[in-house]
Order: sequence, then C-alpha cells, then structure tokens
Amino acid sequence: MGMTIAEKIIAAAAWEATVKPGDIHTVTLDRLMSNDGTTHLTIDMYKKLKNPRIADISKLVWIMDHNVPCDSVKTAASHKKMRDFAKEHGIKFYEGAGVCHQVMMENHVTSGELIFGADSHTCAYGAVGAFGTGVGCTDYLYAMVTGKSWLLVPETLKFNLTGKLKEGVYARDLILSIIGMIGANGANYMAMEFGGEGLNTLNMSDRISICNLCVEAGAKTALMEVDEIALSYLKEHGREPKHCFKSDEDAHFAKVYDIDLGTIKPIVAKPHFVDSVVDAKVCVGTHIDQAFLGSCNNGRIEDLRVGAELIKGKKVHPLVRFLVVPASAAVYRQALEEGIIDIFMEAGAIVMNPNCSVCWGSCQGVIGEGEVLISTGTRNFKGRAGHKDSFVYLASAATVTASAIKGEITTADLLTV
Amino acid sequence: MGKIFKFGQDVDTDQIIASQYIIYPTIDEMKVHTFESLDTEFASQVQPGDYVVASENFGCGSSREQAPTVLKALGVKAVVAKSFARIFYRNAINIGLPVIVCKELYDNVSAGDEMELFMHEGVVRVNGKEYECTKLPAYMQEILDQGGLIASLDRE
Repeated sequence: MGMTIAEKIIAAAAWEATVKPGDIHTVTLDRLMSNDGTTHLTIDMYKKLKNPRIADISKLVWIMDHNVPCDSVKTAASHKKMRDFAKEHGIKFYEGAGVCHQVMMENHVTSGELIFGADSHTCAYGAVGAFGTGVGCTDYLYAMVTGKSWLLVPETLKFNLTGKLKEGVYARDLILSIIGMIGANGANYMAMEFGGEGLNTLNMSDRISICNLCVEAGAKTALMEVDEIALSYLKEHGREPKHCFKSDEDAHFAKVYDIDLGTIKPIVAKPHFVDSVVDAKVCVGTHIDQAFLGSCNNGRIEDLRVGAELIKGKKVHPLVRFLVVPASAAVYRQALEEGIIDIFMEAGAIVMNPNCSVCWGSCQGVIGEGEVLISTGTRNFKGRAGHKDSFVYLASAATVTASAIKGEITTADLLTV
Repeated sequence: MGKIFKFGQDVDTDQIIASQYIIYPTIDEMKVHTFESLDTEFASQVQPGDYVVASENFGCGSSREQAPTVLKALGVKAVVAKSFARIFYRNAINIGLPVIVCKELYDNVSAGDEMELFMHEGVVRVNGKEYECTKLPAYMQEILDQGGLIASLDRE
C-alpha cells in the first residue's frame, strides 16, 4: 500500500519505512515555533523541571505577534518573560516582524519538514509541503526538551482541484466553501491534502490562505504537493526543500473530493461558527461597525493589492472603522513601495503595524458590545474579536474592502463607481 | 459524586477562556473567567470534583492549553463529550485532565445531575443509570496515569 504526503513525512521523521493511519510513532521535529499567546506558560513549566534542558536550540523560533506592541501591564509581564528567556538562551526571536505564520513562511519553513507550532494555524506550512501542526505548551515543552514527540498517524482527506477561480473569487472563498461543506469537525484528527491541476492556478498566497484555515475543519495538518510554484517561492526566500513528497498512486484516502474551482462563489461565514457559510449575497445589507483586512490568513501583499485596487479614489464609509494590518514587516514595506499604504490612508483606513490585531480579540481594534465586524481573520467565534456579545463575519479581502466602502456587507461586484 | 455542568456543540476554546485573559501571567488570574461568555456563574459555582458534559467537537479552535488548564485548576474532574477537537484532547491528556468520549450521556442528563466516573472501567453513572464510554488508547491512558506528559520528563 502506498502512502500519502502526511504518512511519508511522519515515516521520515520516525525513521520508519512505512506508517499507517492509527499508528502512534515517536518522531523527531524539524522546527518548533512558539508565540506570545502561550510561551510565558511554557517558560513557567520549563523552570519547574528537575533537569531543564533544550535538545537543539537551533530548531526553536519564538515570535512575538499576538499583542504587539504590548497593550497592558499584565501583557508586558508575560512579554518580558518571553523576551528575557529567548535572549538568555540564544533562541531565534522576532518582535515586530509580523504574524508568526507569515514570518515562518518567509524565513524558515521548507518542504518535507515536520513542525510543531504552539498555535493552531500552524497547518499553514502545508503550502510548501511541510507538515505543520498546532500543539499546546506541554507538547511544545516536551519537544523543546527532548527534540521529539509522539504522533498518531492521521487519515487523509484528498481534495482534487480542477479548473480556475472566477474573476472576483478568491482562495479565501474556496476554503470557506470547503469548511462549510465538511463542517467544523469534518476533518477532525485528519490531514487535508490538496492537489490536482487546479492547484497550478493558485499562487503561494492563495495556498497559505487555504492551508492556514484547515484547522477550522478540525484538521491536524494541511498539505499540498510541492510543485514549481512552491519551489520558486522557497528559492526566492533562499531555501532548499528537505523532501518533495507526493502521495503514491495507490495511497489510501479516507475520502476524495473533486472540486471545480470555477463553481466557487464569494462566501461569508456568519457568526459564530466558521462553518456557518452562505453565499455572500445572502448577507448583503448587513450592518457593520468595523472592517479588518489582515491576519495570517489574508494579510499578504496580494490581499492588500486586492483591497487597494477596490478602494483607490474612494473613501471608507464615515460610520465604519477600516483596519488594515499587513501580515509582516516585509509585506508592509512592499506595500509602501507599491503605494498601497498611501491608497489606504488616503481612503481613511487605519493602517497598523504587523500583528495579529483584532483577529484574536485581545489587542488594539477590539469591538464593543453589540458591534459587528467583517473580517479576513481566521475565526468568528463568539467574543473572538472583543466583547462576548459582538458579531464577526468572515470574508475575502475583496468583500471586506467593498463592505468598508459601502458601510454594510456587500460584494465587490455590487460596488458602484 | 460531582455535579454536571452542561454545554452544547462546537464549544471552542475562546468560550472556555477568552483571548484577553490567556496572556495573563498566571492561571489563577485566568481561571475566574472560565466559560465567561457562555455562563458567567460557572467559575464561581463549580466545585472540585464536578464534571463538564458537552456534545460534539468540544474544544475546537485555538491550541491554547490554557483551556484545559483552567478547567483543571478549577477542580473539574473530567470532561465527558460526544467528541473532542484534536488539539484540546491532546492538551487535556498532556496536563492530566481526563477527557472521555461518551456518545449517549449528553442527551440523557441535565445540568445539576450528580455523576460518578469510573475511568478505568470506562463507565459513568448518573441517576442510577450507567453509560459506556470509549476507553482511551493505552498510550494516552499511560500519560494520564503518570499525571501528564511533564511528569515523564522528570523521571527520565
């Protein structure tokens, strides 16, 4: 029996010739990412160990991104703990560089690696064929100390993509459609693998956006075949692949879905579940107080270009706050160079430094009681963007920007000049 | 015996402990906000030995280990649900909070009912009736029996 990409990566990391779903293996990790959401607790646990040690310091990457810059005295205490520890131990550390997954994609991740990230959206790394999976701080600490962990080999769901997304439809609409189709636990404990000729029509930004959101269907990881587009992305960023795995012809998939990209429409996920998806047209006219363009899901230069093109020469609706947050410092600088930041500021948007922002509801930009946000963020859970009785709609960069202009939810094609 | 606190389907980790609290320096500062968006009384009413019972996909969303940790810190003895989201499930076992899959329980019990868990037998008893639970895989039961993953590090 052949193996899937997920099985091949686990087999390589476990020094086994073959593995199969349901097996538990001890694996060696290639990289360990952690951010300010949980690192302070990892450090507390580390300090309580009888024999505290770090297996391989070169594998650790710590990224301050959730509350940057620091927003309160309590956060400052947690941040200081993380910053001081990283400095003391010589851990690769970023602050102000951007959202962790974007920073990882730009600087660290390569094909065929097995990566633990203390953040659920670590599955984004599948865009270059790396097995990224989210873990809590105990798993992280164990891997940090031993260099290893245990993994249950997941079943794989295969998504065969054909055709091409229509004009005005984005990768974001595709992945929201898929999550709506299989449900919030439709891929629980499983890997989601994407392939097929349709993948060739999707650029790296699209691919990161797709893989990043797979955890919203419960997936353990997301994986894509490594092709020329992925390889040239790695090359541009000065990296070589570790392994370029493809699933074998006779690999076993728990289920195979064929998806014609040409059938996908603009989608909105309604409060308070990511799988509560509807055709965006259903939500047209819905009141909003704030719009957010950013996050590890949709804060890349490609997303900012989509927004800038729509808003150029127009204004943000006077009753709406429009937050634009580039996903990384590199994206921000590129946007400055292209004049995109000027366009947003001219339109009256609030352009912020790269960070997780309102996507995680604990820093600048949170919304108040009863308020409504339309967002390119990752989640629309109850209270996710601030007050427990507030509402978040998820959509593409185009739908979010169009809504910011109109002052209510709308799609880009309905915007009149 | 412990009292049942009942929650529904797709309870995400933001509902268990919201983002604005997880960056607080200590678990003690966080735990008073547990389930705040769903039940403002939970943190003050739950007693050590009580149980959380839920429907499908409990603990979906973020990887924040603070979610099982605040439940354990408040003395919750176990979470019994129809199913769990992957990261929460793994985190709970790693910190030594029993997470039990029981398909039948949720639809047959009410909040406030008294429950008893017999983990190694894979059974819960409520209102004089017993419900079969799915036993943990041996590998995970061993981690739980050791008191969590970190305990094994200290023995190595």
